[in-house]
Amino acid sequence: MKWRYFKQHLFFWIVKASIALIALSLGGLLVYIFVHGFSALSWDFLTEPPRDAMTKGGIMPAILGTFYLMTGAIIVALPLGVMSAVYLSEYSKQNRILRTIRIGINCLAGVPSVVFGLFGLGLFVVYLKFGSSILSGSLTLGILILPTIIGASEEALKSVPQTFREASLALGVSKWQTIYRIVLPNALPGILTGSILGLGRAAGETAPIMFTAAAFFTAKLPTSIFDEVMALPYHIYVLATAGTRIEETRPIQYGTALVLIALVLGIDLIAILFRSYMRRRKSW
Amino acid sequence: MVDKLNHDGSIIAVEHVNFFYGTFKALTDIHMLFKKNAVTALIGPSGCGKSTLLRLLNRMNDLIDGTRVEGRVYFEGLNMYDPNIDPVEIRKKIGMVFQKPNPFPKSIYNNIVYGPKLTGMNNKNDLNALVEKTLKQSVLWDEVKDILDQSALRLSGGQQQRLCIARALAMNPDVLLMDEPTSALDPISTAKIEELIDELKTDYTIIIVTHNMQQAARVSDETGFFYLGKLIEYNETKKIFTKPDLKQTEDYITGRFG
Amino acid sequence: MTRTTKEKIIKAVFFVIAATSVIILGMIVISLFREAVPIFRVASIKDFIFGNEWYPTYDPPSFGIWPLIVGSLIVTLCSTVIAVPIGVLSAIYISELANPFLKEILKPIIELLAGLPSVVLGFFGMVVLAPWLQETFDLPTGLNIVNASLMLSLMAIPTISSISEDALYAVPQEFKEASYALGATKYETIVRVIVPAALSGISTAVILGMARAIGETMVVLMVAGGAAAIPDSLFDSVRPMPASIAAEMGETPFGSNHYHALFGIAVVLFFLTLAFNLVADYIANKYKQTGSATL
Repeated sequence: MKWRYFKQHLFFWIVKASIALIALSLGGLLVYIFVHGFSALSWDFLTEPPRDAMTKGGIMPAILGTFYLMTGAIIVALPLGVMSAVYLSEYSKQNRILRTIRIGINCLAGVPSVVFGLFGLGLFVVYLKFGSSILSGSLTLGILILPTIIGASEEALKSVPQTFREASLALGVSKWQTIYRIVLPNALPGILTGSILGLGRAAGETAPIMFTAAAFFTAKLPTSIFDEVMALPYHIYVLATAGTRIEETRPIQYGTALVLIALVLGIDLIAILFRSYMRRRKSW
Repeated sequence: MVDKLNHDGSIIAVEHVNFFYGTFKALTDIHMLFKKNAVTALIGPSGCGKSTLLRLLNRMNDLIDGTRVEGRVYFEGLNMYDPNIDPVEIRKKIGMVFQKPNPFPKSIYNNIVYGPKLTGMNNKNDLNALVEKTLKQSVLWDEVKDILDQSALRLSGGQQQRLCIARALAMNPDVLLMDEPTSALDPISTAKIEELIDELKTDYTIIIVTHNMQQAARVSDETGFFYLGKLIEYNETKKIFTKPDLKQTEDYITGRFG
Repeated sequence: MTRTTKEKIIKAVFFVIAATSVIILGMIVISLFREAVPIFRVASIKDFIFGNEWYPTYDPPSFGIWPLIVGSLIVTLCSTVIAVPIGVLSAIYISELANPFLKEILKPIIELLAGLPSVVLGFFGMVVLAPWLQETFDLPTGLNIVNASLMLSLMAIPTISSISEDALYAVPQEFKEASYALGATKYETIVRVIVPAALSGISTAVILGMARAIGETMVVLMVAGGAAAIPDSLFDSVRPMPASIAAEMGETPFGSNHYHALFGIAVVLFFLTLAFNLVADYIANKYKQTGSATL
């Protein structure tokens, strides 16, 4: 009997250690970047362009570029994603076509981000001649987050009680009106949460924009969607790996990493808090 | 089979209907008439097909994948399973009240005007009048007239169910299908709904599925007894509950099985 | 236009949109192949995949990507070895042991970890882990398999943990009750009943975690060291496939053999992850959990 409980204790201890390890790695990483990045932060750092061959000045163009790219990505992915989810959840029947679409979405979700980058390069930059630009980058990132948006939207649609649909249809309201008036409004919080998470993902990705949108340095701010932009993740990457002044720009690297983490995790946190708030408020 | 039903005095006629969920046959050769402005009760043990039949009468079974209907269901002389018939039109005329009250997460007012607004009724005064009329019909007006903007989900279960009835009436249907409308309610709310059914039958045809024998006896004019997907006996309620033709019906009603 | 026609048109429009994902997937395959095919006129498929020498810029160049494949596989394997126990155990904790309050906190933590930008993990590996490894083990460089695997496991853990947790959560309560009723301890119930019942879900989680690790770019680009050679020890540098593509694409002339070879690597990488995903999908569907939870 003692042995059985000893085993249980040992097991629980290991389980707790593993969860503690996760929390500690996340916490340690955040604290480390925060401590080292905080000294680089200043109002000028956030609002000034880089100076002196990137060794001084701020990261404003990169912040702006990331903002453009994630906005563009969500503009591409949101309508496509929500409409796909509506089809999957409300219209499709269980058959081979549905199965194919599902596998397609799952596989798209699993495509490595660098492959998205090459695809964007081949299709948008070269073939469609959009060049390395906000447009190419947004399209590439939009496709990258499409499966996330579809998944979240579908889950949100599925969580709308079937009784709402039945009640509406039984009144002689058409299917589309039922979807538009009853199902979508009630799924909106979930769709929104998924979109915010997708936004965070788009903001943090590097490989897909390396060849499709991101520039090491731009002298001017972008004036159209056909311009290249600087972006936070790419900025960290180039400063940390390229050039001869890696050590000199270290504070800027930490500062940029801190800004990027704050942006991405801030977005994720907003989504998580919003979701738990809506769950508590939900009356059905 | 040539025994075409004589539709006189009836509003819905079900002719030789078989119904399948995939390969499972849920209804076998159902053949029955529903009298206009009467209350018809469908009774029988769980899984006997009575709810399936009810949902067949306004094509709600269309919503379930892999179902199939054979035979004809006439509504005012039109076969509602004709390929040219739009189920949406059928459902406008044949309303439905469900087992569990299912108001939309909207205000009381908006629950009622939801359907009419989507079918083109936009005049504010008309809508207000409709809300008042249907809530009075469903005997809910006095309880909610001051809180029409409040969420319908804050009403009690019995009030919610009466709101759902009002919501169905707002579409001005000819027939009201009720699928065990009181099974989720307390006895007092149940009594109120039963009273309501009695009043509504002057203007509407009501078909009600119920598990509750006494309820069927109290509210209905006609009763159909179902067992294993078949209509066993269909008669005046008085007769079914006093001297049914079949032993099987009697056994069920007196509680010997089911 | 009648309502039924209108409804049909709406449905058709939604179908076409839903099919976009499949169409995009097809376009990815086509565009990768279109750019990759020319390299096979220079190197045979066998030499390309199994060739031991990746010298794309030498004269004459040599396009053997075997060291890159090995690099990818080894960091994936090592990170899986680290991430699977931690991921699965954390899922067990969240699903079976944590009280609701802790659950509310731990699940978002896993989610936030999943949301960490990979470039930040790579950066952290470069500036913190690499110097530490180099000093502690007296190595020529801290940018190596161990470093890359550790950082990659941080990316795979959230995937493994959250999918495993879903699987564990879906095990019917009746199974657990039956086990307790027989006098089993909580530990025995978890190990003998709950985990086996959720095994297909956990396998899916592991495979998807591996797929995430094998396709991850920034971490291996920044901390794997970049040596295109078959490693002898875990402290050697490697050059996994995504790193090679990302590092070299910027510097290679458009349309050159090297350029096509990089697309060739992408094809290999794509099909490798595709295989992982299809297997995961197959397992998830074939061994759908049964029991009252699915009724």
